[in-house]
Amino acid sequence: MPKLRMRQAVLQALDDEMTEDASVIVLGEDIAVAGGAFKATEGLLDKFGPLRVRDTPISEMGFLGAAVGAAISGLKPVVEMMYVEFLGVALDELVTEAAKMRYLSRGALSVPLVVRASAGAGLGFGCQHSQMLEQWFRATPGLKLAVASGPQNAYGLLRSAIRDPDPVIVLEPRSLYGDREDVETGEGGIVPLGVARRVSEGEDVTIVALGQMVGVAADAASLGQWTADVIDLQTLVPWDRKTVLDSVARTRRLVVVEEAPYSGGWGTEITDHVGGELFGQLAAPTLRVTTPDIPVPYSGTLEARFLPSAAYVAEQVGELLSTGRRPRPWWER
Amino acid sequence: MTVNATTDPQLERREALGKPLAIYERMVEIRLVEERIQGLYEQGHLRGSTHLCSGQEAVCVGVARSARSTDTVSCTYRGHGMALALGVEPVGVFGEVTGRVIGCAGGLGGSMHLSAERVGLLPTFAIVGAGLPVAAGAALAAQVKGTDDAAIAVFGDGSANIGAFHEALNLAAIWKLPVVFICENNLYGEYTRIQLTTPVEDLAQRAGSYDMPGVVVDGQDVDIVAQAVETALERARRGEGPSLLEMKTYRYSGHSRSDAATYRPPGELEAWKKRDPIDIYGARLIKDGTASEDELASLRAEIKTRVEEAADKALASPEPGIGEMFLHVFAGSASTGSGGRS
Repeated sequence: MPKLRMRQAVLQALDDEMTEDASVIVLGEDIAVAGGAFKATEGLLDKFGPLRVRDTPISEMGFLGAAVGAAISGLKPVVEMMYVEFLGVALDELVTEAAKMRYLSRGALSVPLVVRASAGAGLGFGCQHSQMLEQWFRATPGLKLAVASGPQNAYGLLRSAIRDPDPVIVLEPRSLYGDREDVETGEGGIVPLGVARRVSEGEDVTIVALGQMVGVAADAASLGQWTADVIDLQTLVPWDRKTVLDSVARTRRLVVVEEAPYSGGWGTEITDHVGGELFGQLAAPTLRVTTPDIPVPYSGTLEARFLPSAAYVAEQVGELLSTGRRPRPWWER
Repeated sequence: MTVNATTDPQLERREALGKPLAIYERMVEIRLVEERIQGLYEQGHLRGSTHLCSGQEAVCVGVARSARSTDTVSCTYRGHGMALALGVEPVGVFGEVTGRVIGCAGGLGGSMHLSAERVGLLPTFAIVGAGLPVAAGAALAAQVKGTDDAAIAVFGDGSANIGAFHEALNLAAIWKLPVVFICENNLYGEYTRIQLTTPVEDLAQRAGSYDMPGVVVDGQDVDIVAQAVETALERARRGEGPSLLEMKTYRYSGHSRSDAATYRPPGELEAWKKRDPIDIYGARLIKDGTASEDELASLRAEIKTRVEEAADKALASPEPGIGEMFLHVFAGSASTGSGGRS
């Protein structure tokens, strides 16, 4: 099993799918000649040629729209959005065009499109290049959304996304591109969409997380005097209700750790669903550990405080377990 | 587009456009369908909005005559005429605007979202400019797959000021994509006259920035439209890249059903009606001996009857079942509310 950095795992997934399926093409800014801003497409141009591996102008609406048209027409385009924020200028093509094509054509058209985007805070890119923005996409029926938490599922989710007949957004936490682990490649390494991953097993609490918060949640679980089921959701649309419900039915406590603002964050959907389904069976209120409702600050000290840390998650979970009540977030204390 | 073509009334209607009388017939049909839709609206059969294209029939039919059914067409929400021209039957348009199951999108789309994949029409785009990059992408697929199919983006003058227009033209030019950009310049972007929004008189000029041919075309003459589209399509199929065609035309109605178009200068509509596309083509058919005035008159009466029958048939069609709205959200969506989510 090769030891790969996350960016190499992404590259391997692209390489494997492009090798197996000639209809897969890759588009984006600086992805061909330069190999990508995060080097996740390095070497693809040499291997697959300029017809299938294309540098685009800085025209996100143009090339994302073109990818929609190409997807309708029998190709499987994988678009790299260098930063997820750049989808803001192309959102129409994703939310209003790609997500509606199958519906409006009564199933005659498929949009097997993948949008990969680097996302998230932690590296000091400032507030316009450090957001996750899951909330922009998760409430649009017709779009799927997956979030990588390390090399293995960056590989496996991307391969599933490329094979999926519907548009899928895959967010790649930028701070994890350099992380390394053994990666199972090939069919065995493919991670199906809509299936969560159990990171650790425990008795006292279920902690659900995504992206770089998965590692934070796992670290938090090793710090506390309690044990936790840590679940990496992996896919947010559709999310794996069964795995989460089964776990919480056993632990009777749910904590969601989000790299997202408290207001409107994706965890509201998880806590609402579980709270409704397991009403009366929970030993404590559901808890969301999030970022504050502010833009991502630049200063290293402030950015580190902004993101939920393992120590902070451990403290919040510990207080929930000891008091049976929802602790206040740090910025309200 | 990847849709298997079999014998289909839409394809037959499309192929019929090789004949001059069929071209006349189709333009008349479009006019009469639009008039009937206005009537259906007044009778309360339409929901939401609708955008009529009376006056622009030559562009629709000229494009349809020159494009293959395997070419992909993206078109705006002013799309009834383009759908009919490309092959959708009148009942498919009436059914869709009235939200019936017989509609060309099963009653799920409405007036702004007609679709006919078998004849190359993508679900029509209700966001200004959105269809241009998508057409460029369909052309990209043809290029990658090595077919000689092409794509056509039909859009209004209002689209020429949105980023998607410029991004799509630029992308198509640098990649030499087989796509033809067709601007229906009807002088108004929604309620606002073009001079208030656009510094150039001829939008075709903008092709110069993208190093592609930009051609001003008389959009009221179906033969001239068809010839211009054919020339641009041939260039595209030869691998020489995109073109921008500006069809000078005029919409007889306001922007949408609620717009009485009181902003138009007096006499403008009347002046354009003197260059009515149906009259121009009808006169040509009479002059070259293809048909007599009486024959055209009886043809028009026949079409009117057919259009009325189609409207009646649409109104007799049921609305889609509740389960229909859960289908086709994702591949494999079931006809229940739990479709698409685990």
